[in-house]
Amino acid sequence: MYRYDEFDATIVAERVSQFRGQVERRLAGELTEDQFKPLRLMNGLYLQLHAYMLRVAIPYGTLSSKQMRMLSAIARKYDKGYGHFTTRQNIQFNWPALVDVPDILDDLASVEMHAIQTSGNCIRNVTSDQYAGAAADEIEDPRIWCEVIRQWSTFHPEFSFLPRKFKIAVTASDTDRAAVKVHDIGLRLHKNDAGEAGFEVIVGGGLGRTPYVGHTIREFLPKKYLLSYLEAILRVYNLEGRRDNLYKARIKILVNSEGATTFADMVEAEWAAIKKNEIDLPAEEIDRIRDYFAPPAFDKLPETSAALEERRNSDKDFARWLRTNTHEHKTPGYAIVNISLKPIGGIPGDASDVQMAAVADIAEQYSHDEIRVTHEQNLVLPHVKRDDLYAVWKALDAQALATPNIGLVSDIIACPGLDYCSLANTRSIPIAQRISERFADLNEEEDIGELKIKISGCINACGHHHVGHIGILGVDKKGEEFYQITLGGSGAEDASLGEIVGRGLSSGDAVDAVEKLIGFYRQRRQSGERFLDTYRRLGAEPFKEALYEAA
Amino acid sequence: MKLLKFSGNLLAPALEEPLSEVMLDDWRANRQAHAGATALAIPNDASLGDIVEDLSGFSTVILTFPTFKDGRAYSQARIIRERFFYTGEIRARGDVLRDQILFMTRCGFDAFEFESGDANDALGEFSFAYQASADRVEPVWRQRLSRAAAA
Repeated sequence: MYRYDEFDATIVAERVSQFRGQVERRLAGELTEDQFKPLRLMNGLYLQLHAYMLRVAIPYGTLSSKQMRMLSAIARKYDKGYGHFTTRQNIQFNWPALVDVPDILDDLASVEMHAIQTSGNCIRNVTSDQYAGAAADEIEDPRIWCEVIRQWSTFHPEFSFLPRKFKIAVTASDTDRAAVKVHDIGLRLHKNDAGEAGFEVIVGGGLGRTPYVGHTIREFLPKKYLLSYLEAILRVYNLEGRRDNLYKARIKILVNSEGATTFADMVEAEWAAIKKNEIDLPAEEIDRIRDYFAPPAFDKLPETSAALEERRNSDKDFARWLRTNTHEHKTPGYAIVNISLKPIGGIPGDASDVQMAAVADIAEQYSHDEIRVTHEQNLVLPHVKRDDLYAVWKALDAQALATPNIGLVSDIIACPGLDYCSLANTRSIPIAQRISERFADLNEEEDIGELKIKISGCINACGHHHVGHIGILGVDKKGEEFYQITLGGSGAEDASLGEIVGRGLSSGDAVDAVEKLIGFYRQRRQSGERFLDTYRRLGAEPFKEALYEAA
Repeated sequence: MKLLKFSGNLLAPALEEPLSEVMLDDWRANRQAHAGATALAIPNDASLGDIVEDLSGFSTVILTFPTFKDGRAYSQARIIRERFFYTGEIRARGDVLRDQILFMTRCGFDAFEFESGDANDALGEFSFAYQASADRVEPVWRQRLSRAAAA
């Protein structure tokens, strides 16, 4: 993985000093909260319902064991013993004291981490495929380009006061695990007819109160022009994006009001004018970054592991976990392990300091020191020998980290909701917990198959409800919490936005509704169909009828 | 109103010499009536497509930040410097804050209507920059290349 050189380290250290000065000025009363707010928001420090919240960047979701140990130590020392992994592959600490934040940032800098651009109207942490570098179907490691973008976007002088926040995601596989079609810019690395790799550039996707699936404005961008092309897009957006209305300020509104073709023309014209400037990196610098992402030294192993097969046959629980939580690796004899942060009845994405330390140890011993964070709020051990899977499973299970539910009903995305967030209308976490408890029978979950439930506690859609196979949106009606169901969304390569079905439901009725919808799907599914497939085949009407007939 | 000017990597208080200002629209409507103007004030929603004809003859261009959050003038300054090679003064007006002057200098601003005293500390907070911009600071990637070549 990428390691800082003295330039990277100096920039991060200077950022911490700068912020320490700003906090001192605030604590000394030289800055009012109003004056301090834009400064702290440039560094991921929010004031939430009950306390400050610090959002720490995990660039493209990659962590070393050492870094994970530091997150564990911060959770223990400065927080209440846990952290919350988010849909943007970041981690949030919910209870830091303002006076401690500069020390936390120093601790993070000591392991090459930071909170730069995790808030504010700037280019945020670049996200990617959690299986990058391990997936069999990728063209090359997309994190090379994420790191290129991370450096270019860090303290970009022109793009630090955009109309609104800006999120970029990169994938290099046909299977889209990074939700590139619902980002401000999605980049899909693919090969053209000549066999060269380049980017499909997708712009203007996004969720929030006006959801859109992004438009492709360029089918094939040679890799070497990535930064100049991004700079052209950002410049058009910075100059032309709306600033009169907070809710219409994202690039998706501009792309859709201009039309994708016109927008593409504007970008191409700007690009033609700046392409010759020295924005793009020379090949030597790209190669320097690429070298950091060279695959670890994998052993030459047979495809199958006899030890593993013996355990699979003798231990049903292990066999189930293998089915649900492991994924094919590009190297023979290895597997990708998913760590569920969704225990039955738990809070999606939360991990205790003890769990984080345990994951760090397991990764060090069994996964070439690497851990990934997923946008679905789980963790991944990307490089585990198949021979070691049983030991890894045992070690995870001892920390309640082996719930075999990846991609299943109880693998729910939920925003923090009214339990933490100052924007929320309703709670999200308790709904997730109740759905999870309702489907506590893992046999039943496995029979239901892939099902993505996503819950947002307000219209800002941080829980991605628009792209849930079943989405749940909390709305406040005269002080009461109601939940609106959407069906048929997807954030993957077959991206689509869910349709609202019917009126808002009470929290109890919403959990019943999910059960009814799933019951109907099980009656009507054809062989091999996921919930989403059955919904797409039958349409919304029969599902609506099933939902409301018995109510 | 206080004025800071940037040269030789330092911000220094400058005497406010009387400027003869004209707004872009007024200038375009009647160039002759404003023939004596020395400063062109360009609103931050003005299209710069054909601005090059307007720039010559003005020793100062004034760009505006209605609030610090409205960052359009950063792009305008870079376009005026990098695309149209304007070498006169680019002055920042409006909500100009200590913690943004570094970004402004990087985008090509070299004069600031700034109320709050000295801002040189803020300019020195970062030793390196990752990206090339209008200030011709050598980006980190180029410094890496030079270092590798020297090694």
